[in-house]
Amino acid sequence: MTTADLLYSDVETDLRASVRDLLGDRCSPESLLARVESDEPYDMDLWRTLARDLGTAGLAVPEELGGQGASERELALVLEELGGAVAPVPFLGSAVLATAAVARCDAADTEVAALLRGLASGERTGALAVALSTMTDAPFPTSVSASADGTLSGTAGSVADGTVADVFVVPATGPDGPGLYAVDASAAEVHAPVSFDLTRRIADVTFRGAPAVRLAAGERAERALSHALRTGAGLLASEQLGVAQWCLDETVRYIKGRYQFGRPVGSFQALKHRVADLWLELVAARAAARYAADTLARGDDDAPVAVAMAQSYCSDTAVHAAEECIQLHGGIGMTWEHPAHLYLKRAKASQVAFGAPGRHRAVLGELVDLPA
Amino acid sequence: MTTTDSGPATGLDAEGLRTRVAEFLADHDPATSDRLEFLRARFDAGLAWVHFPAGLGGLDAARELQSVVDAEFAAAGAPDNNPRRIGIGLGMAAPTILAFGSEELKKRLLRPLWTGEEVWCQLFSEPGAGSDLAALATRAVRDAGGEWVVNGQKVWTSSAHTAQWAILVTRTDPDVPKHQGMTYFVLDMTQPGVEVRPLRQITGEAEFNEVFLTDVRIPDAHRLGEVGAGWQVARTTLMNERVAIGGNAQPREGGMVGKVTQTWRERPELRTPELHDRLLRLWVEAEAFRLAGSRLRQQLAVGQPGPEGSGMKLAFARVAQALAALELELLGEAALRYDDWTMRRPELVDFTGRQAGYRYLRSKGNSIEGGTSEVLRNIIAERVLGLPAEPRTDTAVAWKDLPR
Repeated sequence: MTTADLLYSDVETDLRASVRDLLGDRCSPESLLARVESDEPYDMDLWRTLARDLGTAGLAVPEELGGQGASERELALVLEELGGAVAPVPFLGSAVLATAAVARCDAADTEVAALLRGLASGERTGALAVALSTMTDAPFPTSVSASADGTLSGTAGSVADGTVADVFVVPATGPDGPGLYAVDASAAEVHAPVSFDLTRRIADVTFRGAPAVRLAAGERAERALSHALRTGAGLLASEQLGVAQWCLDETVRYIKGRYQFGRPVGSFQALKHRVADLWLELVAARAAARYAADTLARGDDDAPVAVAMAQSYCSDTAVHAAEECIQLHGGIGMTWEHPAHLYLKRAKASQVAFGAPGRHRAVLGELVDLPA
Repeated sequence: MTTTDSGPATGLDAEGLRTRVAEFLADHDPATSDRLEFLRARFDAGLAWVHFPAGLGGLDAARELQSVVDAEFAAAGAPDNNPRRIGIGLGMAAPTILAFGSEELKKRLLRPLWTGEEVWCQLFSEPGAGSDLAALATRAVRDAGGEWVVNGQKVWTSSAHTAQWAILVTRTDPDVPKHQGMTYFVLDMTQPGVEVRPLRQITGEAEFNEVFLTDVRIPDAHRLGEVGAGWQVARTTLMNERVAIGGNAQPREGGMVGKVTQTWRERPELRTPELHDRLLRLWVEAEAFRLAGSRLRQQLAVGQPGPEGSGMKLAFARVAQALAALELELLGEAALRYDDWTMRRPELVDFTGRQAGYRYLRSKGNSIEGGTSEVLRNIIAERVLGLPAEPRTDTAVAWKDLPR
């Protein structure tokens, strides 16, 4: 275990400011509420600006492969800001999950390199064709199969950001074992069920003899998938931190200004103690999320522990923060017009993403020699 | 006014300090020197607490360089001043004396305080003044000769039975609001009228004492700060207490969590699924707050202290209590036994010492001592999050007219 850097560097702080400015201009709560019931629940213009102009889609991709040559630490920072705005962009699906999977395939392969460049530049939007709830240590999925002719058939349900992807990265099992494939979205049937999370939609993606390009085979495909899931889980903790931070900030702001019984409700200890406890949870959540991002960035041996711990802790922190936000807002927090529900929906759906906290604790128990 | 800030560090950097220590060690071989003589000489060389002024055991260096000096002495096998035994003197009395004491008092008191020749205790809390310290009732009245005569009762005083000196806050003017009528002294504990009684606690032992003060005389020269300014002086002491409780670097599974994980690993027959998930939840919490402590120290090291420190004790208390409680449930039958209820006066207190029953009972104090968890939550809510204070009914009334 090397000493982890748990702070934000100056470069990271600058990046945060750029993303926050963009979201401040383009992703207000009012516009979000209007968007979630429109025909375009995702803001693809915002996504293009974020991915291409700010260059965030390829942050963790090496420069020679068209990325920024930064690391998971910077991806985590962007996710913190996106969580704070529950921004409706396919960053997790494309810039994190699909990109992490492809980045572990052999970049000497021209198809792999081309796809990675496309994803890193934001020219292409990807999605990893597994259910968002897939646990980091789940067995290789078998719901999609590859035929000898290289086409795919089967369904991947509940794919995060799948409705706006133009390419799917698909784990599928063929005659010679597991493989990771790329399928053009035009060759797939994409069905959008009603998503619990209004700002990150899921898709059920069906392939019927869909032409596919094999990106990796065998163990390499398995490793690429588990790397993507672990990276997604570890970095999701930072998004959850961003969700929690917005909920805390907004709650504190509200109870300072809300008068009942002739005084701000935030002057009652019953409320003050609750937000103080929440603040304290965020202190620990930030440390856990930073630790996960840092160990992932350095490829540290402790990364699996860090990810399991961060998911266990930050998942619950985000849900707790969103639930407190609703409760401490009182009646207004229960309305559709107040954005708090968008955060609660994101928080609860994210808690289930990559396995609920109890699953991560079970994994952790094995990793740190505390067996059941 | 406080001395906890690093302040403008003058001159010496880490390298300069290492040179000073090396020169000192060349003249004072730890292997052959008398322990006390060695410590006194270290103080006189300014290598005791380097951020203190020259002549008072320091070199006006930056506070964070103390660890450099301590490491050099430790590496040389030098005797230390047993800081755990004299924590109140080092952490609370010394910064207050430095900030508010006369030159004579600083010269007289700081050296034997640091060497441990004179142990200090803290006479703040009273039966009627716990979280509301400013309500304290111990009276100090100035007599015709200018000396002060003190009467009252203090409580929760660790080390009172071994202490030579105390820091003491008294009520000198009951006719003004409570925060304005207090005065702060250093008290010679060997004075007539000072009676120390052990205060037995739920663990069976007595770490603390009650201190009864009956017509105890204090010279005016032993006053710290102005008459009536005792609250401001006490705040300096308490701010330093919080710095002291800030928490040290721990390895993973350090502290209470390590006790429970050890039992878990050694006693597989005790495991249940419900205890397993609770243990892992607490493991995660302990580890997340351990990392938060590392993060806090990293922030301090780059000169960007965050407000996170306010919460570390609150978190520590909660996690330690939950872990200690879990351990008893895990132990099952063994939890029905206790090692020893005999009244004892431990010299040092180890929250993770003795056995599980003791740890559970002792952990109950963690959320009370050094600021209750409820007070800490108020502090976080008001000072970190900026929420309004509760309306107060006790700040504008004369102390003597407060309901009690």
